[in-house]
Amino acid sequence: MHPILKLVIQRLALGLLLLLAASVLIFVGTQILPGDVAQAVLGQNATPEALANMRASLGLDQPAYARYFSWLFSALHGDLGHALSNGRDIAESISGRMRNTLFLASVAAAISVPLAIFLGLLAVRYRDRWPDRLISAITLASISLPEFLLGYVVMYFLSVKLGWFPSVSNINSGMTFWQKLNAVALPATVLTLVVLAHMMRMTRAAILNVMQSAYIETAELKGLRRFTIIARHAMPNAIAPIVNVVMINLAYLVVGVVVIEVVFVYPGMGQYLVDHVSKRDVPVVQACGLIFATVYIGMNLLADLIAILSNPRLRHPK
Amino acid sequence: MNDEIRYMLDRAARGKMPRRAFLGRAAALGVASTAATGLLTRAVHAQGPRQGGSLVVGMQGGESTNSLDPALAASQVPFLYGYCAGETLVNIAPDGSLLPKLAEEWDASANAQTWRFKIRRGVQFHNGQTLTPEDVAQTLRRHSDENSQSGALGIMRGISSIAVDGDHVVLETATPNADLPYLLADYHLLIQPNGGFDDPTSGIMTGPYKWAENEPGVRHVLEKFDGHWDSGVGHFNSIEILVINDATARNSALQSGQVQLINRVEPRVAGLLSRAPGVSVESAGGRGHYVFIMRCDAAPFDNNDLRMALKLAVNRQDMVDRILRGYGSIGNDMPINAAYPLFDDTIPQREYDPDQARFYYERSGHSGPIDLRTSEVAFPGAIDAAQLFKESAAAAGIDLNIIREPGDGYWSEVWNVQPFSASYWGGRPVQDQMYSTAYLSTADWNDTAFRNAHFDEMLIQARGELDLTRRKELYSEMGRLVRDEGGLIAPMFNDFIDAHNDQVAGWVSNPAAEMMGGQAAIMMWSAT
Repeated sequence: MHPILKLVIQRLALGLLLLLAASVLIFVGTQILPGDVAQAVLGQNATPEALANMRASLGLDQPAYARYFSWLFSALHGDLGHALSNGRDIAESISGRMRNTLFLASVAAAISVPLAIFLGLLAVRYRDRWPDRLISAITLASISLPEFLLGYVVMYFLSVKLGWFPSVSNINSGMTFWQKLNAVALPATVLTLVVLAHMMRMTRAAILNVMQSAYIETAELKGLRRFTIIARHAMPNAIAPIVNVVMINLAYLVVGVVVIEVVFVYPGMGQYLVDHVSKRDVPVVQACGLIFATVYIGMNLLADLIAILSNPRLRHPK
Repeated sequence: MNDEIRYMLDRAARGKMPRRAFLGRAAALGVASTAATGLLTRAVHAQGPRQGGSLVVGMQGGESTNSLDPALAASQVPFLYGYCAGETLVNIAPDGSLLPKLAEEWDASANAQTWRFKIRRGVQFHNGQTLTPEDVAQTLRRHSDENSQSGALGIMRGISSIAVDGDHVVLETATPNADLPYLLADYHLLIQPNGGFDDPTSGIMTGPYKWAENEPGVRHVLEKFDGHWDSGVGHFNSIEILVINDATARNSALQSGQVQLINRVEPRVAGLLSRAPGVSVESAGGRGHYVFIMRCDAAPFDNNDLRMALKLAVNRQDMVDRILRGYGSIGNDMPINAAYPLFDDTIPQREYDPDQARFYYERSGHSGPIDLRTSEVAFPGAIDAAQLFKESAAAAGIDLNIIREPGDGYWSEVWNVQPFSASYWGGRPVQDQMYSTAYLSTADWNDTAFRNAHFDEMLIQARGELDLTRRKELYSEMGRLVRDEGGLIAPMFNDFIDAHNDQVAGWVSNPAAEMMGGQAAIMMWSAT
């Protein structure tokens, strides 16, 4: 077997094992929340008989490990169950929300990743001169401001004052792609500002590290343009740390944007999860937790693989 | 106003001239645009409701967990969409009187224990079925059942039998209850086919709008139902409710014209928002109140002199000005204000009086600091209000020690447990319900631990009293009792603050609840 293929399979298996461990943690976590589901649903109207009936109908009278395996088994079959609060099918509700979250994340990523890397390269090219300083100052300022404040500022100027984009980013299935793009313009802008600095600074630092190498000097002596040296010769050798940071930020765009969702009224996963946590709607919380864990583990797996594949020494082990 | 403007105004109000064109030509004739907008708004009102157009509402109070089952409605969005899609037997009008909806008329037996409601004929459900008295009876039965988890269960507990007699639904109550029709105006009690026993979440009801799209926590779209019986409501072709839980986002959406109507404007921005072009901020004095509660059975509050001293040591006007920014009114240490039917406005208003407070404080013999527990969840501005209380009390020589409690667990660990804490009440449609919920000796939520046999006696007596003059007297005496002997410090009643822009018209303030008592979407109309 090709060593690369073997490596990929190993990594995938490791990822799946990690996901299994995460699923145990999620299940245990929802079990130790104070009060069980039956109590949360019945609230003040709970009588002992009603509680017992509800527990039996939800299977809560089974031991915890049995419930875990039956939950895991159904989840593997794509059956996430029904929400306790409004009786809707979870897989169906989540898939719509998930699509929205992925759409916003992809738009933000499509802008922020190339921009961050380009700005990083630019910062190296003009190291310690005014373009470098300016890029650093702006990106650091935007990451230091709380997201919701950035949101309000962008909303005030681009929506209320100039009227270019809607302040309410409500999207639905009846809209065309361009309408959706217009709707998410503001949240995508804010998310770009939020994740830009991290990726940009990592790009800058990783490339500066490589720029000390002897082969860069050779390239300079060859008379190549400085930006070409950075982009063609330094960048490929700095790809591993950059990809890691990019993936962490992409994962953040998927799982960590609840504040932006609230500010721009975007129907994504974050708000959906928070609403159900406050109602102790455990099946939904478990399902969301599982999906978020999958995204995180998947992104990191991908980062590892790209880092390995981009490194000839790891690609062709002796 | 010259003839040309008057002519254009008439055309614009009747929708024959575009609004924008009117404003433009008015400007050409030297009328400032704000003045022109004002003229147009008044002309549109005078013209009466216009049909057509669509309404987009931005609202706080919607979650992904919301259900179409009216029994489970607990927040603002289900409250509003419930009244778009469904109807109750009766409604409460802005002046506090009862409006017939699905019940055409009603009467009570002399002892106020048997109530007959005549159900309107020829009313259609959205699925084409015709409303029958049996549907009404079944709805009430479902809400009386513990399993429905209905928010109206507390109201329904008092009803002992539900029967159908021809066109009538006959309700028997265990004890006399002269307020029964008021209680049936509760927003959970929307009439469903077969009472919703078949499918409580179908959304099929008799309201002026039927369901088109339902994405809980995101948006709700309803379309006009052509078979509706009442032409006085439902002027828009469609209603879209967007869930915008963030206050700043709601204001921006209104200002940028993405929505025409919003709820829950924060008092601190209401003044600013009202200065935005084309925006009207509407406030309605409601029944909700912000309170400090002393438990009458716990030391040192078991001493009425001390309670009186603290009541006199609150600067009420200052709190209304600073905490509510003027969007509210001062309270009188009773849970009732002018927004309630049968309110007695001759009860003297208690004022801030440090000298009197000092007199009562010294007479109580108490010394040392008094702990007051507060939290940001107690009511908006509760921390600041406690600080104001501390300062006004210090002027009377009373030392309040403010303890800030965490929001999580405040309602289970502090409220109704600790002897002195900040809290709020949302108010109830009638005095009887408010007093029965929180001031009857045996009530679960008697958070001031107010136990007065004479008060309880009057409460039961008033409940069965069909003579309104006598009832008003009883309520007046009960109010005075709570005011002078109870553990309630009620410095302020908060307003409901909503806002709309000039693309919609027909706002009427209603103290029953926000959004014109939940009727805004079906009663307003398009002004463009």
